[in-house]
Amino acid sequence: MRITCPFCGERDLREFTCRGAAVERPAPGAGEAAWDAYLHLRDNPAGPSREYWQHTGGCRAWLVVSRDTLSHAVAGCRPASGHRRGGRP
Amino acid sequence: MGPAEEGRQKAGGNVANFRSSAASSLGKRGAALHVSSVIVILSGAARVSRPPCRSVVEAMKRYSALAIAREAARYHRGWERAWASPEPKGDYEIVIVGAGGHGLATAYYLGRNFGITDVAVLEKGWLGGGNTGRNTTIIRSNYLQDPSAAIYEKARALYETMSRDLNFNVMFSPRGVMMLAQTEHERRGYLRTVHANALQGVKTEFITPERVKELVPIIRIEGPRYPVLGALWQPRGGTARHDAVAWGYARACSAMGMHIIQNCEVTGIVSEGGRVSGVETVRGRIGCRKLAIVVAGHSGRLAEMAGFRLPIESVALQALVSEPVRPVLDVVVMANTVHGYISQSDKGELVIGGGTDGFNNYTQRGSFHHVEETVRALVETFPIISRLRMMRQWGGIVDMTGDRSPIISKTPLEGCFINCGWGTGGFKAIPGSGWAMAELVARGTPGPLAAPFGLERFREGRFIDESVAAGVAH
Repeated sequence: MRITCPFCGERDLREFTCRGAAVERPAPGAGEAAWDAYLHLRDNPAGPSREYWQHTGGCRAWLVVSRDTLSHAVAGCRPASGHRRGGRP
Repeated sequence: MGPAEEGRQKAGGNVANFRSSAASSLGKRGAALHVSSVIVILSGAARVSRPPCRSVVEAMKRYSALAIAREAARYHRGWERAWASPEPKGDYEIVIVGAGGHGLATAYYLGRNFGITDVAVLEKGWLGGGNTGRNTTIIRSNYLQDPSAAIYEKARALYETMSRDLNFNVMFSPRGVMMLAQTEHERRGYLRTVHANALQGVKTEFITPERVKELVPIIRIEGPRYPVLGALWQPRGGTARHDAVAWGYARACSAMGMHIIQNCEVTGIVSEGGRVSGVETVRGRIGCRKLAIVVAGHSGRLAEMAGFRLPIESVALQALVSEPVRPVLDVVVMANTVHGYISQSDKGELVIGGGTDGFNNYTQRGSFHHVEETVRALVETFPIISRLRMMRQWGGIVDMTGDRSPIISKTPLEGCFINCGWGTGGFKAIPGSGWAMAELVARGTPGPLAAPFGLERFREGRFIDESVAAGVAH
């Protein structure tokens, strides 16, 4: 599996660390169910998925990688800074 | 004990039916066989106080030294298929999705402990072809938390008598399992586990590096990078033949009249008014009053069909096997700091388990750089294996929960139960898991073994944290 870092270019999987599903953080007062879902429940898709990865062996940027969990095919990779974060001012 | 007693009586009735039908079908064959069937009936009648399962197992053609001699005398033409492949009926009392070890064990204990035999076990591929056929066959119960120790120790104890209970040799080998302490932190952790195990009634001890060397002469204890500072030693842990566990349960379930239906993928779950009423499969709709989902890595997909989400992520766990060599290692060694564990199979192959891929996937593929990492560390600990050729490597999809403990639970859909989240350590739990799941499904409420493992524990913050005991799981 190779991932194209938007800052460093195409690199091997081993330079990256997966940081989990790219779930949206709920607002602080969103309630118990929303926080339970955010902290514990996962779609765990067999197919296209979207995850946070960090380029730990390179520029250390946090990225959002679109990937197929059945085939390892990487569809896209962009900086996580643009990803929506609910609950942030 | 009311329902259990009732169940036993029901099972007794079923046993009688099986026995008479088995006797009549056997009676049509040769005289030698007829004599053996009479023996089966007599021995069944002589011991009426036994649990039903033993008698049920005796209703099928028993495996024994006598049977081997009989078959040898006639060129082994009389062996029958171990389990039937029936066409699915329109509906069942209970449908179990997943014919791996856990699903089949659930079916078996439903029959044995509760006398429920109107059961179908649906399997999308072939029986035992998922993680049951992909694990490294280690059995141990040296867990830290009380709920885990209880269920894994129950499982280990059931493994000890499994070959006899199922009349199927599962080759359980209580050769001893050691978990190496290779950092100071790990040493303290295992000391804590030993004390916890003493309170839980699980027999373990902390042994010195010298004792480790005595038990495993091929190990290098001095390091430099991974010195052995001691080990958590469970003498009654060991290994079993993983396929045989699935086959043995399947044979016993089939003898009880349960239907094991392979190549029957579930494509949807049917519910009416918030209650499960059946499943859609590639072989048509099958109705049921209760549904048990026991599908390990694919739990999330089934849960989605049932309309709820799980705190589970699926990752590939790596394993590999070397060429066969002469006996060099007669215990199981786990080195969790370096994510590697090793044992020698009866064929002589070194069976090596590695870590998980660090990201979700469903590929069931080997992952070369993880294999490399595991082997590098093991070569340093066992220099003797450095020239061995590795024959096969593969990945199994394991279902990981956040606290590395399983889920045996009711679900938001009434009548639907789920057993999953065994992560990297499911094989060792098969009989205990089936025992607890059968109780949950039969009664509708969890028994003492399953109660702590409910889905709600995440929301309630009642984690059963086994990230240390699960070893490779983090």
